[in-house]
Amino acid sequence: MADEKPEGYWERASREPWNEWFPTKAVVILGVIFALIFVYGPLGGATDTETAQAGYRGTGMATIQNAEVYAAALATVDLYPEDEAPYEVEEGADIAGEYYENVQVLGHVSVDNFNRLMNAITQWVSPEQGCAYCHGEDGNFASDDYYPKVVARRMIQMTQNVNANWGDHVAPAGVNCYTCHRGLNVPEYIWFNEPADEGRELLGWDNNQNHPNSRVQSASLPSNVFEKFLLEDNAITVISQNVREQMYPERGIKSTEWTFGLMVHMSASLGVNCAYCHNTRSMGQWDQGPPARTTAWYGIRMARELNNEYLAPLQPVYPEHRLGVTGDAPKANCSTCHQGLYKPLAGKDMISNWPELAAPAPAAQQQAMAN
Amino acid sequence: MADYQNIFTAVQVRGPLEMGAPATDDSRVGTPFFNYWVGKIGNAQFGPLNLAPAGAVALVSFTLWANIIGFNMLASVGWNPVEMLRQLFWLALEPPGPEYGLSLLVPLNQGGWYLIASAFFLLGLVSFAVHAFQRAKAMGMGYHIGYAVCAGFWLILVLGLFRPIAMGTWSENVPYGIFPHLDWTTAFSLKYGNLFYNPFHALSIAFLYGSAVLFAMHGATILACSRLGAEREIDQITDRGTASERAALFWRWTMGFNASMESIHRWAWWFAVLTPITGGIGILLTGTVVDNWYLWAVEHGFAADYPQVYDPVALSPADPSYGAGVRVMTNPGDM
Repeated sequence: MADEKPEGYWERASREPWNEWFPTKAVVILGVIFALIFVYGPLGGATDTETAQAGYRGTGMATIQNAEVYAAALATVDLYPEDEAPYEVEEGADIAGEYYENVQVLGHVSVDNFNRLMNAITQWVSPEQGCAYCHGEDGNFASDDYYPKVVARRMIQMTQNVNANWGDHVAPAGVNCYTCHRGLNVPEYIWFNEPADEGRELLGWDNNQNHPNSRVQSASLPSNVFEKFLLEDNAITVISQNVREQMYPERGIKSTEWTFGLMVHMSASLGVNCAYCHNTRSMGQWDQGPPARTTAWYGIRMARELNNEYLAPLQPVYPEHRLGVTGDAPKANCSTCHQGLYKPLAGKDMISNWPELAAPAPAAQQQAMAN
Repeated sequence: MADYQNIFTAVQVRGPLEMGAPATDDSRVGTPFFNYWVGKIGNAQFGPLNLAPAGAVALVSFTLWANIIGFNMLASVGWNPVEMLRQLFWLALEPPGPEYGLSLLVPLNQGGWYLIASAFFLLGLVSFAVHAFQRAKAMGMGYHIGYAVCAGFWLILVLGLFRPIAMGTWSENVPYGIFPHLDWTTAFSLKYGNLFYNPFHALSIAFLYGSAVLFAMHGATILACSRLGAEREIDQITDRGTASERAALFWRWTMGFNASMESIHRWAWWFAVLTPITGGIGILLTGTVVDNWYLWAVEHGFAADYPQVYDPVALSPADPSYGAGVRVMTNPGDM
């Protein structure tokens, strides 16, 4: 503005007309903006968190939960259909394997209880389509022509395995079909392999990270953590337990970011903060951490086994529209069951009424069925 | 509002455009000009810039460094400028993976671009430091700014050169990106047992926060005494005037002690340079000398001990490490 003024002068900007209102008004405007951010933000915003002490006083070991999100997740618990209690099995009652054709997994179950379970499965998995979702419309219940039936058989075996062998993670609540399915044909929270980057031969390498990705809550952490840890058996531990000796020299910062990405997924899936499982003064120390970390440790191994033994091998069974972009089968992670709660369905008992799902058929009967 | 209460820059000095002192070399580029808004935050005259050879090398190097990063970011979003803007805070140029160690022959699209960019960055840093010393010498100044620049570069070089070499892998380098370098920082602390227990990290934070406090105290003091002539603060080191007396009196009355017009600048300079110097020492020791700072703090007795409140951790009898008593899961990641 002042370029036409004579050389060699100086002026006080406060004498300019605009300066009579600018500083005061600016301070007021800035003050209002700050008040909005620092007063309205915490008090009037959507993040209504609840904090509960979970460790020794004064150490900040607390569980923090977003009250709204937690309440919404809790509300889904009531949607669980009412269980039908098991029928008493009398001596010599008909069993499904002899009464029906082609019953490969539940052949040892009494006919009454078999039908009770089938009825429950329709409520858990296909409340709209009913029996036809797996068995088709033509009334031939023995047929294996429909892929959902082949998948369902394998899923029953998976459920039996989880309840029988992964009590360290799921006891005492146990799991049944509803734990993941929640009345849907396909559980809401599943994952597929990420496609490889294409068209970036010369530059633009991103090491599977550095894009906003919901798998890691939009951090810049690697997003292929499910493939790395819940399918492949990559090491998760990175922190040395010696002061001056590196126990895992091959696991550097990049490995740490992978581990960190998995932990972010677990945190979000369970609706908990780090301190739910870790004493955050040093994440790697087992000796001061909450016992929940042990449960989670088994959970990672369990998810890995389920993906490798049950879910990924079903790939040839699925029609194309059920597969991921790389042609892989849908798989499970922590969210698949937990869905925002650190105990799925708030720890509701899912297994007491379903002894058929609590364990595989006794060995003798398996042998008989195979014959 | 009284003049001296103004908290924004109130004075713009406009004289003839000045080229600066006569120079032995002719490295000055650009035609100077006045800009009103530049005058709001500093001297209203913009330019000329003295681009001696060292400065020119620094400028070119930093530009190449930034462009290599930028084009890699752009390529990582499929050359889509809108996506580049949308994802800008997430994007990064990543260092090579650990499989390449300290090799310089890394495929371009597996971290090779990162090494090339870093080489230009290193060249830029060194030439800029040289530039700072040369310009100070040419103007007959002390080398305080050059030393301070070097203190900052020390931390950068520890992160990007000295420590990776000591660790034997470029994969320890910091990615060039906004969120990615923050995630790197968190991962660094996680991996090495919590940097909170690294005493040099603690010192660095103390100096960093101290720098902010000192800057605020000094700036506020001088502005508050401006109507008494505080702008002559360097004169008043030896020839204490009213401004100096009142500033001193204010702090002596409020906290019992006051710096002097000379010492406050030495306080500020030392706090500033010690921030990256101590921080760099702490980073350099991490993973090379100390692998778990929490356990180091336990060993040295300054990690507070407090009672256990949790049930002991126990494994199921089916697990191979069961039987060694409770809390046997020391390193289950090995399994």
